[in-house]
This record gives sequence, structure tokens and C-alpha cells, in this order.
Amino acid sequence: MTILNMVQAINHTLRDEMKRNDKVVILGEDVGVNGGVFRATEGLYQEFGANRVIDTPLCESGIVGLAIGMALYGLRPVPEIQFMDFIYPAFDQIQSELSKFRYRSGGQFSTPVVIRTPYGGGIKGSHYHSQSTEAFFAHTPGLKVVIPGTPYDAKGLLTSAMRDPDPVVFLEPKKIYRTVRGEVPDDEYTVPIGKANVVREGKDVVVFAYGSMLHVALEAADLAAAKGVSVEVVDIRTILPFDIELIMSSVKKTGRVVILHEACKTCGFGAEIAAQIAERGILSLKAPIVRVAGFDVPFPYALEEEYMPNANRVLTEIERVHNF
Amino acid sequence: MTLEVLQVIKPSGELVEKMDPEIPTNELRRLYRVMVLTRNLDTRGLQLQRQGRIGFYIGCLGQEAAHIGSAYALKPEDWVFPAYREIGSMLLRGITLKQLLDQYFANAEDVQKGRQLTNLFGVKSVNYVPGSAPIATQIPHAVGAALAAKIRGDPIVTLTYFGDGATSENDFHAGMNFAGVFKTPTVFFCQNNHWAISVPVERQTASETIAIKAQAYGFEGFRVDGNDILAVYRTTKQAVDKARKGEGPTLIEAVTYRMGPHSSSDDPKRYRTERELAEWQKRDPLVRFRKYLEKKGIWNEADEKHAQEETNREIDEAVEQAEKLPRPALETLFTDVYAEMPWNLEEQSRQLRREKLGEGTG
Repeated sequence: MTILNMVQAINHTLRDEMKRNDKVVILGEDVGVNGGVFRATEGLYQEFGANRVIDTPLCESGIVGLAIGMALYGLRPVPEIQFMDFIYPAFDQIQSELSKFRYRSGGQFSTPVVIRTPYGGGIKGSHYHSQSTEAFFAHTPGLKVVIPGTPYDAKGLLTSAMRDPDPVVFLEPKKIYRTVRGEVPDDEYTVPIGKANVVREGKDVVVFAYGSMLHVALEAADLAAAKGVSVEVVDIRTILPFDIELIMSSVKKTGRVVILHEACKTCGFGAEIAAQIAERGILSLKAPIVRVAGFDVPFPYALEEEYMPNANRVLTEIERVHNF
Repeated sequence: MTLEVLQVIKPSGELVEKMDPEIPTNELRRLYRVMVLTRNLDTRGLQLQRQGRIGFYIGCLGQEAAHIGSAYALKPEDWVFPAYREIGSMLLRGITLKQLLDQYFANAEDVQKGRQLTNLFGVKSVNYVPGSAPIATQIPHAVGAALAAKIRGDPIVTLTYFGDGATSENDFHAGMNFAGVFKTPTVFFCQNNHWAISVPVERQTASETIAIKAQAYGFEGFRVDGNDILAVYRTTKQAVDKARKGEGPTLIEAVTYRMGPHSSSDDPKRYRTERELAEWQKRDPLVRFRKYLEKKGIWNEADEKHAQEETNREIDEAVEQAEKLPRPALETLFTDVYAEMPWNLEEQSRQLRREKLGEGTG
């Protein structure tokens, strides 16, 4: 057991799996000699060489397209897109090819690619280094979309992703790359894709969150506890396919729901959770389903703090549904 | 070099001097027969669509020499990443008429389970990756597979087909650039058929040729008469051999012409002249190769009659069989989205089954 931050946990996981499976290759911009701009691939080029840790030209559609071809041939590519904000040149490859190969080939071909990309705000990165557009990918059958919220889950989920038979978009909350530390077992383990996690038990209100917002939810739960409100916090962890069973069990238990994400509100992933709860469990509800989300604006720079959901904003909504 | 169009068979059927491809007689006859089969299948495909028996058709009329000659330069262990106007290359690599017709009718025995439009097709056992409709997306895949093979030390080559329109797409640039940088064993084979639906090649690029674009990516590009199967074979063979030796990629521009519509939904009379078509009909690749074989004394009228009748009979049989088969099973709507079906698909699949039971057809 070692105390690691998330980026260290990711680095260790990549190294361990590359040692175990010689079909795993890493590719992307600055991932080799430089070890990645966030250092997620630090030391891997030196350890595994240029054939397995590949510095590519600056071209996201090429990186993902190349990874698809490598996967079709039988490798397990793990491309890094330097920031999620730059993934869009590869959107066609992800939407039209990566997610469709198994289906359109009648199951003859598969593309087990893990696209790692840092996402989200809170680093003073402005519009092009801060967005969280996970909903685009969650709207794509054929993909799995995974978002760890702790170093422990980052290792367990990334290990699962690299062994999954299907393509995975692995979104790394860069705000907590280094700010959140936690115990990470040295030994091999996996966290299953598609399973949420009750991070904090509570009985009055449930907050569903993921990524860096998990920690905002936990902070809000502390504030609420001081006011006598017992808050359950659920880390969604995988948004496609998401854990409907656990979500509904927390809804039934508490009857009051706050959904939290930093992505903008309209058509954000929270809308899907809200709709599922409404379809399946409206009679369990004692209050309206409430979302705390980013505003429907391009990601700001100077006013970033005001944009990002914070514990007080979440607390206000917890109290609102509690007192409804 | 890149501006010159290589020719091996003159329009008269004579061989250009010192250009003997050294292909055995039985192989020459087989290549021509695949061209005839392709032409007849293509004609039938469009007819089937016009008769309302299949939903859609996208053909390769006039481009048979370009894609059959190039595919002939490959070994079975090599990989093909097609666009969708290359059915002759499928037949040459061993994809059967049954497999193709099952796909056209999108029936229960279609290996792709009725999930793609006609001729967006591939079969894993012959390393033929299914094409897709977005243009040029397959190009980086061919480079990725080639790089993977290079990393693994496998002496294979990947060949990707695309049209002149595709050279305007981002993924053409991405694939060419990565291939140049990583020196991958990839052959980029452009069937320049002059038209991307209604847009002529002059509107795709101001470049003097497509082949010349290779220079900017640091490797060779060649232009070849795409209606001359032996010229196409010769050029592609050189590129394939070079790639297999570890000497990197090549771009080949086969200058040809789409003699049919873009697809069954297209009317080329809206954008091009009958006269232009007539000019290209004179350069029909089948006529040229047949003249060559006849001059060589290895093909005659009786052979022609036999090849025409036999291929049409084979097509008749495959059509008859494929048309009889039922549609794919209901559950195939939901399978193969993932290796294992997640809960939401299970749920939706149950919903559809209930709906069908309600209709009394379940």
C-alpha cells in the first residue's frame, strides 16, 4: 500500500500493465521522451522504448485513427489526447469508427482502444483546457465512458479498461491529478467498469457525482452533516454504461436527489440520470430532482471560480430538497 | 516522375516495349475472369436495386482494372482497408458471391448481420476490413495496422483504397503524414475516378496531380493508367515489395473513371456530359485487357462466351439463394454493440420482443 496522487496511480498502472501485456502500446503527443505534459507516462519511454511509447505528430484524428488500426491488427493501444478540449479532430474517428467496428462488422472485428484524456476545469486553463464534454461520448453506443474520482479507482478502472474487449474513453479529472492523494495497493487489482460506488452513506439526500466533483459533493456532505442533514454520496465512476441498480437503490433509500457535474447543465449527463430516476422511481421521490452543474456558457477564464460548482452551491440544493 | 502516367497495355491491346509483367497465362486468364465477374455483379447489383429487391447499390463500373490489378499485387497475409468501390478486390481475395449477395440482401446469413449498406463489406478471414461511408477514415487505420505489424515484426503490407474526393479530407493528410514519419509498410491507392458525386477532381485540389502530394510527406507517388490492369499491377507490386522490404509507404494515383452513377440514388446527367462518358467508355478496362489476351492468343470468342455465361449463372444462383433467406434475427439489433450486452440494451431488447409478441409476430 502506497499513498499516491491520481497521476502517479495512472503512471503506475500503465507501467504494470505494459509489463504484463506486451500488446499494450502508448501513443500521443509528448507522451514519450517528455513523459506527457501532465507526466502520466513519465519514464515509460525510457523503460519500454520507442516501439511501445510512441511520440506522434500533432494530430488527434491521426492518433485515434492509428490506434484503431493497431487494435484491428491485435494490439492494445492506449492513446493519450493531451486535453479533452482537443479531442474534436478525432471525433469522427471515435463516433464513426471506434465505437462502430464490432457492430458494423457483425462482430468480426473489435477495437479495444483506451483513449486517456485529462478533462475538466479548476486549473485556470480557460476555455481550451477546461471543458468536460463527457455527454457527447455517453451518447455513443459502442463506447464505454469511465471517470475515476480517486487514485484507487484510477488504478482499478484503468486496469479494467486496458483489459476490456471494447473501446473505453477514460476521462481523467486533471484538477485532482495531484491535489487528491490516497492509498493505492501495490498489487494488481481491478475496479469493474459499469459499477458506481457509495463513497459516503447517508439517509436524507443522495448526491450523485463523478470526477473532481466527487470531492465537492463530499465537502458539501460535511457541511450538511453539521446542519443535521445526512447525505449519501455516490460516485458514478462509469457514465456509460452507468450503474442503474445502485443509483435507484440510493434514490429509494433517500427519496431526495441532487445530481452534480461540472459540465454545462443542458443535455449534460445529469439529465440522463434525472430522466432514468423519473421513469423508474418517481413515486420514491419526496422532492424534485435537482441538478447542480456548470452554466450553459463556454468555459470562462477570469470567472472560473463562479462557473465551477462548489460545496456551498451544492449545500443550498441539498437543503432545498431536504426542506421541500 | 509523378506527372507521368504509366501504361503497359496500349489501347490497341499491344504491350508497351519491355513491360512484360511476367504473369503466367492461367493467372492472366483468371484476372480477366474476375474482371468479368465484377462487371456482371456490378451490373446486377444496380438492377436489383432498380427492381426494388435490394435497398441500395454503390458500384465500381469502369474501375475494375484499378482495384483488381492492385489487389493482385498483395499476398494473402496482407491487409486491405477499402473505401467502397472495390468489389473486384473482394472477389479476388476470396470473398465469395454468396457472402456478397447475402450482404446485398442484408439477410440472416450476412456475416455483417445486415448492418451496413451494400458493398460496405469486409471479411476477417481474408484480412479485408469492412469499409464505412465516412470518407477517408480508413486511411489512418491502414497506417495503424501497418505500424502494428512493423512493431510486431510481421512482414505484411497494408493497402488502403480511396477516391480523389478523399484526398481533400483531414484523414488523408493524417494517414499520409503518419506513414511518412513512421515509414510504415502502407500503400495508399487512390482511384482517381474524376468525380466525387457531382464535384470534379479539379474542385478537390489545385495540385497538378494527386500523386505529387506524396512528395510533401517524404515518400514516392506514382501515376498509373487505372484502366490498364497490368500497369496498375506493376506499379502496385513495386510499392508492395518496397513496403515489405521496410522501405516505407507509396502513394499510387490510378487515373480512371466512374462510368456509372455515384450510387443508386445519383443521376450523373445532372453534372457531367454524355460526351465525357463516351470518351471514357472507349477506354473500358475490360476491353483493353481482353484485346491484350486475344493478341497474346490466350483468349478467344468461345472463352469470352463461356466466362460471361458462367459468371452470370453463378450470380443468378447466389441471388436466388440470398433472396430466399430471412432477415437477420431480432436480437441482432442489440448484439455486437459490446462484447457483453449491458443492462440498457438487455432492457431495450426485452421491450422490442414484447412489442413483437404484441403484434403476434414474435
